[in-house]
Amino acid sequence: MLTVEGLRSRYGRIEVLHGIDLHVDSGEIVTVVGANGAGKTTLLRCLSGVQPVTGGSITFRGELLVPVPAYKRLRRGLAQSPEGRQIFTNLSVEENLRLGAFLFNDERVEKDMDDAFQMFPILKEKRNLAAGGLSGGQQQMLAMARALMGRPSCLLLDEPSMGLAPIIVSQIFDVVKGLKALNVTVLLVEQNAFGALKIADRGYVMETGHITMNGAAEELIADPRIREAYLGI
Amino acid sequence: MSELLQFLFSGITVGAVYALVALGFTIIYNASDVVNFAQGEFVMLGGMITWFAHAQGLPLPLAALIAIAATAALGVAMNKLMIEPARGAPVVSLIIITIGASIFIQGAAQLVFDKQIHSFPAFSGDDPIRIGGATILPQSLWVIGGALVVFLALWLFFTRTLLGRAVLATSNNRLAAQLVGINTNFVMTLSFALSAAIGALAGVLATPITLTAYSVGIGFALKGFAGAMLGGMGNPKGALVGGFLIGLFEAMTAGYLSSQYKDAAAFIVILAVLFFMPQGLFGRKSTDRV
Ligand SMILES: Nc1ncnc2c1ncn2[C@@H]1O[C@H](COP(=O)(O)OP(=O)(O)O)[C@@H](O)[C@H]1O
Ligand SMILES: [Mg+2]
Repeated sequence: MLTVEGLRSRYGRIEVLHGIDLHVDSGEIVTVVGANGAGKTTLLRCLSGVQPVTGGSITFRGELLVPVPAYKRLRRGLAQSPEGRQIFTNLSVEENLRLGAFLFNDERVEKDMDDAFQMFPILKEKRNLAAGGLSGGQQQMLAMARALMGRPSCLLLDEPSMGLAPIIVSQIFDVVKGLKALNVTVLLVEQNAFGALKIADRGYVMETGHITMNGAAEELIADPRIREAYLGI
Repeated sequence: MSELLQFLFSGITVGAVYALVALGFTIIYNASDVVNFAQGEFVMLGGMITWFAHAQGLPLPLAALIAIAATAALGVAMNKLMIEPARGAPVVSLIIITIGASIFIQGAAQLVFDKQIHSFPAFSGDDPIRIGGATILPQSLWVIGGALVVFLALWLFFTRTLLGRAVLATSNNRLAAQLVGINTNFVMTLSFALSAAIGALAGVLATPITLTAYSVGIGFALKGFAGAMLGGMGNPKGALVGGFLIGLFEAMTAGYLSSQYKDAAAFIVILAVLFFMPQGLFGRKSTDRV
């Protein structure tokens, strides 16, 4: 579904992605784990078109993505819940969700919003409040729900667990796992390698702009090098 | 008593013009957090182009339409040529760019047109309407009606339409707006077109009363800005109320003190708002937690 080949990107003169190769098949949950500063966010920004690509290619459902402007990528089926949540703080929870479905104006919008409220009941309680007043965990839920309102076939998730209490993290990972049943393919980027690998089918390890390992999630969890470097075991 | 009423009438007339300018500020501010100081030049162009086209023999309604369309096109060009290339620059730099644009437009208008004061006929004649011992010009009713209609349309746009929400979303978080599929460049283009058109409309409606010349823009920008600040930047309701209040304050100052102090009124309001009430009357409280 998504194929990345030799992807390079830079900030000014400093290259931070030095040729990334990875692929995500339809229906999979794939995770990219790596330490802070490895380049995970930059990778997702390239995929969504908000970061210039200086080399390599991105193919999504058979189409080359690099020339497609950012705002058209959701129309192709690619959504992102970005790092730092990036919700519309001045707008209400409900308005955030409605804007998630900006591309649509049909009955399904209402139904999708009900589904989002079912997925995250706390959002329903707070639907009329300004999103900026939500707690970190609630903002993360809103960011994911907003991305799903765009009816993506593939969802890019940037560190949904960042800064959240363990109980919220496990709740959010459960939701990510459940996306399979909704036919949403997932590319999950995480520093929380253990949590991510536990729900993923496959994983990649990223270090300073390179992919250094990849394989089935259970193999990576069992790998002594990963256990030492990322799982703290 | 009839004196007070007369001052009230003239206050709400100029207040309506300021309200229209303030509404123009609101749209661009909502889309980009930029205060567009060229907003007053749009008012000037609305008046000057209408005068010019009318003087060439075009019927007034057509001349006005041309003026509004041409000014909107200029607003779009200003965004494409001056604001968009500087994207990512701090908001303060963008505001300074708009001041530059304002000076440029003024100079260009002086060259293309002239340095004279101009006007064109009022839409519904010049016979004053008597109300309670005071009089009001029919053209004043046009200006006041124009401000109310534009306000209502904008209010519906921002609160009831998805595109209006998309404008708000673009200013709140441009990255997230792009991720949900909003063409943020188009939103900016639209905001400049709308703002410029509203400014030009203000010029078309006001010129038979206030007259126009290449240099009138700065004054409108300043007073519209004072109105927008007083009402709370970004809020259409605030722009409407703030604009009217500035007009009334100015008319009372001119009537009861001296018309010499008229222009100082707006400055005093700007300073007072900055010191005592930076959010303005209807300003949105910042709800960011981070
Ligand atoms: N806006 C930026 N300007 C310059 N350098 C940046 C910027 N954002 C990230 N970087 C650098 O790029 C590298 C990768 O960052 P990032 O993609 O955010 O990593 P991760 O998401 O894995 O923590 C880091 O060295 C970081 O310092
Ligand atoms: Mg990151």
